[in-house]
Amino acid sequence: MALDAAELKRLKQKARQIREEIVKITYTCGGAHIGGALSQTDLMVALYYKFMNIDPKKPELANRDRFILSKGHGGVGHAVVLGDLGYFDKETLKEFNKTGSPFGMHLDCLKVPGVDASTGSLGHGFSIAIGMAIGARLQGKKWRTYVMLGDGELQAGPVWESAMAAPHFKVTNMTTIVDRNMLCIDGSTEEIMALEPLKAKWEAFGWKVIELDGHDFNEICDGIELANASKDQPAVIIAKTVKGKGVDFMECDKKWHYAGLDDVTMNKALESLKKGAK
Amino acid sequence: MQIYGEKPTRFGYGEGLVKLGEINPNVVVFDADLAKSTTTIWFAEKFPTRFFDAGIAEQNMLGMAAGMSLMGKIPFVTTYGVFVSGRAWDQIRTTVCYSNLNVKIGGAHGGVSVGPDGATHQALEEITIMRVLPNMTVLSPCDANEAYKATLAAAEMRGPVYLRFGREKVPLLTKPEDPFEIGKAVVYRRGADVGLLATGHMVYHALLAAEALEKEGVSAYVLNVHTIKPIDEEAILDVAAKCKCLVTCEEHQVTGGFGGAVAEVLAKRRPVPMRFIGVQDRFGESGKPDELFEVFGLSAAHIAAAAKDVMKAAGK
Repeated sequence: MALDAAELKRLKQKARQIREEIVKITYTCGGAHIGGALSQTDLMVALYYKFMNIDPKKPELANRDRFILSKGHGGVGHAVVLGDLGYFDKETLKEFNKTGSPFGMHLDCLKVPGVDASTGSLGHGFSIAIGMAIGARLQGKKWRTYVMLGDGELQAGPVWESAMAAPHFKVTNMTTIVDRNMLCIDGSTEEIMALEPLKAKWEAFGWKVIELDGHDFNEICDGIELANASKDQPAVIIAKTVKGKGVDFMECDKKWHYAGLDDVTMNKALESLKKGAK
Repeated sequence: MQIYGEKPTRFGYGEGLVKLGEINPNVVVFDADLAKSTTTIWFAEKFPTRFFDAGIAEQNMLGMAAGMSLMGKIPFVTTYGVFVSGRAWDQIRTTVCYSNLNVKIGGAHGGVSVGPDGATHQALEEITIMRVLPNMTVLSPCDANEAYKATLAAAEMRGPVYLRFGREKVPLLTKPEDPFEIGKAVVYRRGADVGLLATGHMVYHALLAAEALEKEGVSAYVLNVHTIKPIDEEAILDVAAKCKCLVTCEEHQVTGGFGGAVAEVLAKRRPVPMRFIGVQDRFGESGKPDELFEVFGLSAAHIAAAAKDVMKAAGK
C-alpha cells in the first residue's frame, strides 16, 4: 500500500538528514565507509523510523525488536541513526573513530547503546541474528530480528551456512535485507566474485525472495511488510541500491567505499544532497 | 597413585550437560553432526527442544550460539576441538570473545590419543589459539570427574569458556566429591627435586613418571593445572621455588600451548630451567593411542627422562 504523502515526506527528509550527517562525520573523523553507509540509509530509515518497536531511552528493553548490521562497516551510518533517535547524545559523534571514543569504525555493542551485537568480520551478524530469533522463539517472545547484509558479504562462506540454517530451523521471526549496491572494495561484485543469479540462489536455499528498489520508500515499506508476514519460510529482501546514493560524484564509484573528505569535497557532497532533495 | 576407574573425559562433559539441563533451564546445546561422539546426544535425548544440530557448519553454529547468549541463554557449542577452534576461530574471536559473550565451547578429541583418525582430527593447537583470545577461559580437565565439574563450573561463570576433552578412556584420578575451582591448580604430590606440571590426562602420565622417579630417589612435585587460562601463577611459582626446575606435560603442540603459558609466568617472575613434553612442532598421525604416545614422546618414560635432564640443567 502506498505511503501517504506526509509519511513519505517524513521518511525522505529523515533519510536526507541522515546522509548529511554521515557526510559530516566522514569529514570530521578523517575517513569512513561512506559509500555503503549511503546505500543502506533508506532501508535503515524505514526500519528505525517506521517498523521497529524500540525505545531509545530504554536500549535494553527486553521486548524491543533487534537489528544487526551484519555489514558492520556501515557502522558510521548506524551510529548516525542511533544518535538521531537519542540513544546517546549525538554531539558525541564528533568523536567518531577518535582514540578513546566509544565509537569505533565497526560499532561495539558493549560501548554504544542501541547496538544489539558487535559486527565487523563479515558473515558473522547473519548467524547472530538467527540465534537471536531462535532465542526469542524459545522464550515465546513476539519481537522481531532484522538483519542487514552487504552484497559483497554474500561472498563469505558462513553466510550460506546461515542461509541454509534459517529455513531449516523455520526462522520466520526474522527479516533479512541485502543491501545490493553491486560494489565491493576492489570492483563490482560480479567482477570480483559473481553473485548472480542471486534471487535463484536464495530461493534454492528455501527463502522467500522480495526484490525491490532500496531507495523507494513505497517499495521498501511494502517489502518489509511482505517479509514480516511470511510465516512458512524466512524472507530476504534484495534491495537494489546505489553505492554512495545521494552524492552525485560518489554514486556507483568503488573509490568511495572508504574515503575521507576535505572542505571542498564535503561541501560538494552536501550541495549534491540538497540538490537531490528538491 | 589412587585410581578410581576409567572413562573418557568427553563422557564427563556429556554427563555434566545432562545435569545442567536439569538444573538450569537456560542451558542449550549445539553440535555439528557429531552428537554421538561428543556425547551431546545424551542432552539431546532428554531436552530435544534445547538441542540444535547445526550440521557441518561450525561458523554458523558459533554465530547462532552467540545470538542465543544475547538472549540470556547459556549455549554449549560442541564438536571436535580441531574443527570448533579452527574453522570457527574468527567467530570465537570477533563475535564471542570481543563482546565477552556467555558462550561455552566444548572441544572433543584433543591430542594424538584420538588414534586412528589421524592428523586431520587430532586437535593439537586449540590451547594456543584459544588462550590468546582476550576474555577466554581455557579448561583442560584431567579425568571425567573433573570434566563433569568443569562443565558445571563453566555454566556458573559468565563469559566465554573453552573446554578440552579427549576421546579415549583415561584413569579417574579424582573423586566426584573432590573440590574443583576454575583457576586453581591441584597439588598431587609434593616433592623437592623437580616439578611436573601437567594438564589434561597428562596428569596421569606425570604421576606415573613421578612414581618411577621416586624409585630412583628423585622426589617430584606434581601439579594438575586444569585451568590454562587464567593460569594459577602462585601455584606454579611455588613449584618453581621449591624445585628450581620443572617439566610441563601436555598432549598438544608445545609452541604457545600449556608449556608456553607456564614459561610466560616463570620468565616474568621466577625463571628456572624448563623442559617441554608435548608435540614438538609436527602433525599427528594415525595409530594406536598408546603407541602414538611413544612415537610423540609423551609417555611417562619420556617425562622422567626430561625430568632428569632438567635437573642436570639446574645443577642437581
